[in-house]
Amino acid sequence: MADDWQNGGFGLYVHWPFCEAKCPYCDFNSHVSRQIDQSAWVDAYLLELERYAAQTPGRVLNTIFFGGGTPSLMSPDTVDAVIQAARGHWHAANDMEITLEANPGSVEAGRFAGYRDAGVNRISMGIQALNDEDLKRLGRIHTVAEAQKAFDVARNCFDRVSFDLIYARQHQTLLDWQAELKQALSMAIDHLSLYQLTIEQGTAFGDRYAVGKLRGLPVDDTAADMYMATQEICEDAGLPAYEISNHAKPGSESQHNQVYWRYGDYVGIGPGAHGRLTINESKFATESFLNPNNWLTQVSENTGESVRTQLQTQDQANEYLMMGLRLTQGIDMERFQALSSAPIPHDRLDYLVDIGMVEQDGSTLKATKNGRAVLNAVIRELLVD
Amino acid sequence: MLWHRNFVELIELILESRAHLTKPRIQIIRLTMTDLAHIRNFSIVAHIDHGKSTLADRLIQETGTVKDRDMKEQLLDSMDIERERGITIKANTVRIDYTADNGEAYVLNLIDTPGHVDFAYEVSRSMRAVEGSLLVVDSSQGVEAQTLANVYHALDADHEIVPVLNKIDLPASDCDRVAEQIEDVIGIDASEAIQVSAKTGQGIHETLESIVTHLPAPQGTLDAPLKAMLVDSWYDAYLGVIVLVRIIDGTLKKGMRVKFMSNNTLHHVDRVGVFRPEMEMIDSLGPGEIGFLTASIKQVRDTRVGDTITNDRNGTEVALDGFKPAQPVVFCGLFPVDSSEFEDLREAIDKLALNDASFSFEMETSAALGFGFRCGFLGLLHLEVIRDRIEREYDIELITTAPSVIYHVFMKGKDGEPGEKIDLHNPADMPDMSKVDHIQEPRIKATILVPDEYLGDVLKLCQDRRGIQENLTYAGTRAMVVYDLPLNEVVFDFYDRLKSVTKGYASFDYQMTGYREDNLVKMSVLVNDEPVDALSMMVHRDRAEMRGRAMCEKLKDLIPRHMFKIPIQAAIGGKVIARETLSALRKDVTAKCYGGDATRKKKLLEKQKAGKKKMRQFGKVDIPQEAFISALKMDS
Ligand SMILES: Nc1nc2c(ncn2[C@@H]2O[C@H](COP(=O)(O)OP(=O)(O)OP(=O)(O)O)[C@@H](O)[C@H]2O)c(=O)[nH]1
Ligand SMILES: C[S@@+](CC[C@H](N)C(=O)[O-])C[C@H]1O[C@@H](n2cnc3c(N)ncnc32)[C@H](O)[C@@H]1O
Ligand code: SF4
Ligand SMILES: [Mg+2]
Repeated sequence: MADDWQNGGFGLYVHWPFCEAKCPYCDFNSHVSRQIDQSAWVDAYLLELERYAAQTPGRVLNTIFFGGGTPSLMSPDTVDAVIQAARGHWHAANDMEITLEANPGSVEAGRFAGYRDAGVNRISMGIQALNDEDLKRLGRIHTVAEAQKAFDVARNCFDRVSFDLIYARQHQTLLDWQAELKQALSMAIDHLSLYQLTIEQGTAFGDRYAVGKLRGLPVDDTAADMYMATQEICEDAGLPAYEISNHAKPGSESQHNQVYWRYGDYVGIGPGAHGRLTINESKFATESFLNPNNWLTQVSENTGESVRTQLQTQDQANEYLMMGLRLTQGIDMERFQALSSAPIPHDRLDYLVDIGMVEQDGSTLKATKNGRAVLNAVIRELLVD
Repeated sequence: MLWHRNFVELIELILESRAHLTKPRIQIIRLTMTDLAHIRNFSIVAHIDHGKSTLADRLIQETGTVKDRDMKEQLLDSMDIERERGITIKANTVRIDYTADNGEAYVLNLIDTPGHVDFAYEVSRSMRAVEGSLLVVDSSQGVEAQTLANVYHALDADHEIVPVLNKIDLPASDCDRVAEQIEDVIGIDASEAIQVSAKTGQGIHETLESIVTHLPAPQGTLDAPLKAMLVDSWYDAYLGVIVLVRIIDGTLKKGMRVKFMSNNTLHHVDRVGVFRPEMEMIDSLGPGEIGFLTASIKQVRDTRVGDTITNDRNGTEVALDGFKPAQPVVFCGLFPVDSSEFEDLREAIDKLALNDASFSFEMETSAALGFGFRCGFLGLLHLEVIRDRIEREYDIELITTAPSVIYHVFMKGKDGEPGEKIDLHNPADMPDMSKVDHIQEPRIKATILVPDEYLGDVLKLCQDRRGIQENLTYAGTRAMVVYDLPLNEVVFDFYDRLKSVTKGYASFDYQMTGYREDNLVKMSVLVNDEPVDALSMMVHRDRAEMRGRAMCEKLKDLIPRHMFKIPIQAAIGGKVIARETLSALRKDVTAKCYGGDATRKKKLLEKQKAGKKKMRQFGKVDIPQEAFISALKMDS
């Protein structure tokens, strides 16, 4: 399937693994560090870019995403160097989307203009909650007022500013969330990411949860109600869900994230970054060393890549299914079939259609609203062994 | 405390091949036959853990049968699992030599027996091979249910009983109280009970003397055709089937041809020997002696315990009474979770049955579960062990269906004639009720000893299980209560419940008494409107609603939520008597999934999918395999 990836496009993910403080719910590869030598990071990123570019020559690069961690702790020069190098290695698409994840602190806001000048054209800001008490519970170091200020600065610099909220938080009721969401929609420009709080193992919340000390989490049914309400409220406000947790005005969807969900190719650089690359007709999954310092060392010695696995076409089919069904628009069954050794069994499809979990329209297969709420169960039915 | 051991482990032990018993070096020593007056044969019996095997150790050691350096605790518990758990599973025979205070040399054959209720059969058949019993009672605990049961067996076997009060080294030991209890509860004279510490060796010499002076010598005739009792047999990888025998009359010699009277098969005896406790070959065994023979027998099934062994020609005319064979009383279906493993399951069951004559099986098909086997066991523990072994040793995941007992179903006759009688092993085979005249179920007599303060809970438990109280007596602060109970109410989780309501302080023993008619019906269970035959069960009509409700509630918890709501119903015939609804799964989706999460999420989903394989599909519903057993557990 030499060119299957072209159905999803080609993006670059750059991971910045540092934060000012570690949030208790977060299991991302993020670390708190006093001293960060930005120039060492620039050097390492550039080496990695060069290495990957050599394996994917001549491609059109559709998107760049600076994720973290807290990429708004990167100096604008660092961001600039990476963007320039990427432009040099690949053909930048005309409308190349360049997103940077930002935390809503005042320090960060001061760098927004610098990012814009470096070429960033979209900000994704982690606001998380619209009341101070909950922000504190989430271990956030900013207030709502600060966040709003940062957001205003961002929207003055950028046309496209999205923000993230976490819901189904401790002690949150359905009514609380509905009100908060409406307030968020009144602030929103054209894009919102709304995540249900996930209790991850190995985080502070995870540990507390395991010993029964994380109280007041909404029960599953309430969480389900919140999810359903989110879909309706956003749709009514003109920001329908285009993915499980992402909402946008039609046309304002995040291009970069769609590379993942449409199962395109992406280069992942930086500690713990993953990639999917089609090289010589084979698709590979890549992973990078997790520990920031180790990654730096490994890059300087040879490569930051710790794992490279060739994906069988069946694995690709399953990954495509798993990622693609997250999108409201669903997957193309012909594309799935081209990758898979076996088509999705008819009886399973019929069954899922019958109970209202999926819809079939020509060669398109998509999860219904109810189906998206239980997408893991739907996917379990469909995964081919 | 009786039920403190894991049942599965216990039965497992029984089923272990005893091959390693024979692996140690085999000595060839010429022993001369002993005259009857200088032989004493006895079993050591007691409630579990009262110290039988430790007492056997001391007797073996004191008589120099085993050198001190080869001695270890509970020497006779030689199977790995026996040693791991510190418990006896299989009875063991040892021949020891003892020169008594009167200067005479005696041969003592002792049989150390298991204490656990589930091995009652093992104890009672051992007793048939000997003339007396040492009744060991832990003097810090007192008389327990198996103490009583063993006394009854011993009396049945016309045994002389020597009471031994053990563990007198313990601070809690109270010999006077326990001796009184023995007289009160058991009704035997305890004035000459020997006070022993099997731990320190105190009282061991007195025990040996008492064996010689109080227990009768065996009787028998040397100049008679061979008459030997087949006490036990087991398979040994090196020697084939080893047959434990007690000689009644005549002589068993190496090289002779013998006849097994139950099936008239002839065998050439290639070895004769005794256990000391290792195998020692000898040339012959005479009247009153206990030993073994091997005769190139391939299968345990070719030997029947209780059989009479005699000369191939001019043998004895009259066979011994024999033993009642151990009959399977609990039945259930075993099905592979993965239906393609049916042939593997057949092979596993065939192999296990080779060394376990008490385990029966036949093929079964279930509409819900496909092909499997209907298997019969001596008890629930036996069941669990076989299942466990199949799963672990043969790596086949199993669905076990509700354990059931054998019901006698009497069909309506025509023209005043009585109808056919059916032995119902499987509720799924229950004929249409309109054609049934009446149904009988097996009953048991249960004896429970329990401290006063828990009596109320025990009575309530027995009452809830349709028990009829037959007797209630006290010995000090302990109550002894006897109940007539339906076996099917006990077979499943009665032990667990008894243990939990008495904090482990009750002891329990039972025996089958017979069949009685009652108002029994078949209750079926429907999941998502489809009957699941593997969940159907026989219940008393008066308890049907309660059981049905409990079953539906349990299933509601056991079956994971699906993408649609699932009605769960219990029904008698066409009438629904209980109903629950398992609501639909409403949320199961990963909130965040980006490039880096793809790998992780795929692994997770694949794991979940593998978990799904551990379930069985009924229509559109996945039912976890453990549900078939767990759904039956009652909380009260
Ligand atoms: N203190 C003390 N402990 C003893 C004595 N005799 C046995 N024990 C301990 O009691 C426990 C049970 O002893 P066993 O000899 O295995 O008992 P058993 O009756 O053979 O047990 P089962 O075969 O399982 O029925 C062990 O921990 C022994 O060490 C004794 O005289 N004094
Ligand atoms: C990895 S963070 C990076 C953005 C930035 N560092 C921040 O925290 O604002 C991306 C987003 O993931 C979401 N997130 C992180 N951990 C989560 C969790 N355990 N449950 C739900 N959402 C989570 C938050 O909304 C966060 O904004
Ligand atoms: S949520 Fe954002 S700021 Fe908090 S630790 Fe994770 S990456 Fe850092
Ligand atoms: Mg023992």
